[in-house]
Amino acid sequence: MALDKSEVAKIAHLARLHISESEAEEVSNRITDILALIDQMQSLDTEAIEPLAHPLEVIQRLRVDEVTEENQRERLQTLAPNSKDGLYLVPKVLE
Amino acid sequence: MEWETVIGLEVHVQLSTKSKLFSGSSTKFGAEPNTQASIFDLALPGTLPVLNEEALKKAVKFGVAIGAEISKRSVFDRKNYFYPDLPKGYQVSQLDYPTVGKGSLTVTMDDGSERVIGVTRAHMEEDAGKSLHKDYHGMSGIDLNRAGTPLLEIVSEPDLRTAKEAVAYLKKLHRIIRYLDISDAIMAEGSMRCDANVSIRPKGETEFGTRTEIKNINSFRFVEKAINHEVRRQQEVIEDGGRIVQETRLYDADKDETRPMRSKEVANDYRYFPEPDLLPIVIDDDYIAAIKAQLPEMPDSKKIRFIEQYALSDYDADVLVSTREMAEYYEVVAQQSGDAKLAANWVSQDLLGLLNKNNWDIADCPIQPERLAVLIARIKDNTISGKIAKAVFEAMLEETISVDEIIAAKGLKQVTDSGEIEKIVAQVIDNNPDQVQQYKEGKQQVIGFLVGQAMQLSKGKANPAQVNALLREKMQ
Repeated sequence: MALDKSEVAKIAHLARLHISESEAEEVSNRITDILALIDQMQSLDTEAIEPLAHPLEVIQRLRVDEVTEENQRERLQTLAPNSKDGLYLVPKVLE
Repeated sequence: MEWETVIGLEVHVQLSTKSKLFSGSSTKFGAEPNTQASIFDLALPGTLPVLNEEALKKAVKFGVAIGAEISKRSVFDRKNYFYPDLPKGYQVSQLDYPTVGKGSLTVTMDDGSERVIGVTRAHMEEDAGKSLHKDYHGMSGIDLNRAGTPLLEIVSEPDLRTAKEAVAYLKKLHRIIRYLDISDAIMAEGSMRCDANVSIRPKGETEFGTRTEIKNINSFRFVEKAINHEVRRQQEVIEDGGRIVQETRLYDADKDETRPMRSKEVANDYRYFPEPDLLPIVIDDDYIAAIKAQLPEMPDSKKIRFIEQYALSDYDADVLVSTREMAEYYEVVAQQSGDAKLAANWVSQDLLGLLNKNNWDIADCPIQPERLAVLIARIKDNTISGKIAKAVFEAMLEETISVDEIIAAKGLKQVTDSGEIEKIVAQVIDNNPDQVQQYKEGKQQVIGFLVGQAMQLSKGKANPAQVNALLREKMQ
């Protein structure tokens, strides 16, 4: 299975990555190689195998339902490019 | 052409935990913007999620209550999309291995008929923040207090056939969630939200038509209106020779219409993959059994028990079990007053009327069930009439003294002394010769008027049954 440049452009857009015209060729080749590997894996019989959700054979530890975080808004907002009235400001979402 | 509507609902409820799904930030409603948004909620590099045990417990509790399959191993996935109120660029959700699998719930329609509605699954996920589109010099404001609040998304099968069924399903779901106390489930505050998938097909057709998804429905009433509107729109499009486009539409309650969301607001390719920062969640039979053992009596069983134990009508029982608090209140009144039927009338009419009028929760009600029980006991033992009891009930709102003290202080005690009643009856007969004549000529209904006159003379304090009997006796 090969991936053409327009599909690369679509995936790049979904991931908000900028891929230039000149890079697109190489990226599409590399993804096509990965897909070839997946094709090869697809030929294996995995009928009786439980899908792997995580490479480590351990299970999730749980946290007690307690509020442990304090309000650090003023400190954290110094990291943001823009804030006002306690809100983080971002380029307008709706036109 | 006759059309059939097919509806499936996706309901999000905020699980009522103190802290967020994956961080120790508070989930309290109504805080100052971003005061409950920690470094994890802001997706600062290096932060990692740790699952809240209470959220898991509440999700399982819901599953057990609707008899659903509970996954002993469930997995979180990343649902990827970009929006400013989602700082990580993905929402942690559950795609292939949700915690709660197939289940069902039974809804009762107005005509008493029952329908079993399938629940496909219920999965845990995190809520997003809020975008405020008020203009900040051409910018949008982002409040991330809600980001990471635990949600349970409950997905129904496309088993619903009318907007009314959809509302009945949603109300049933609401009742179950409130009984389990796993969420506040207040639609107006967004702690319960509903999206509806709607399609139509010619009656008798087995294939589904193309569906649209309606978002932004925030009250029970709007669920019905939004679906009915969308069904009409789809019929018009098809009957005019058009085709339905699979899309997401927003319901606008002010205009009572749905409109398509701008393509920018829709991202269909979420590129899910297992969340590498979280390990699979594994629970065992003991865990599930322990939750099952803690389940409260659920509304359906409670209703059946009320009908049997207290000889209530189906309707009364349904009203009384509508909330767990009201059912508990009723049981105290029924048991302590010694008259379950009268208790049902008082709780479902007078008390509920009072609560609705003042917009009170039953917990805010100044009349405690023990006091209402005494009032009803006084009707039962003929100390006061039902009518006088209404006045005492009003007085109970103002007075903190006991019911018996109110009755004594206001001189409301019912007259059961037959000598006094006899005097009143004699007076009524003297005052109303025409009606007495009519009664004697066989016009039995007149008795109601005469009893009314006697009650008036006694200022409501005469025992109406006694008056009635005595009047009949004297007019023979």
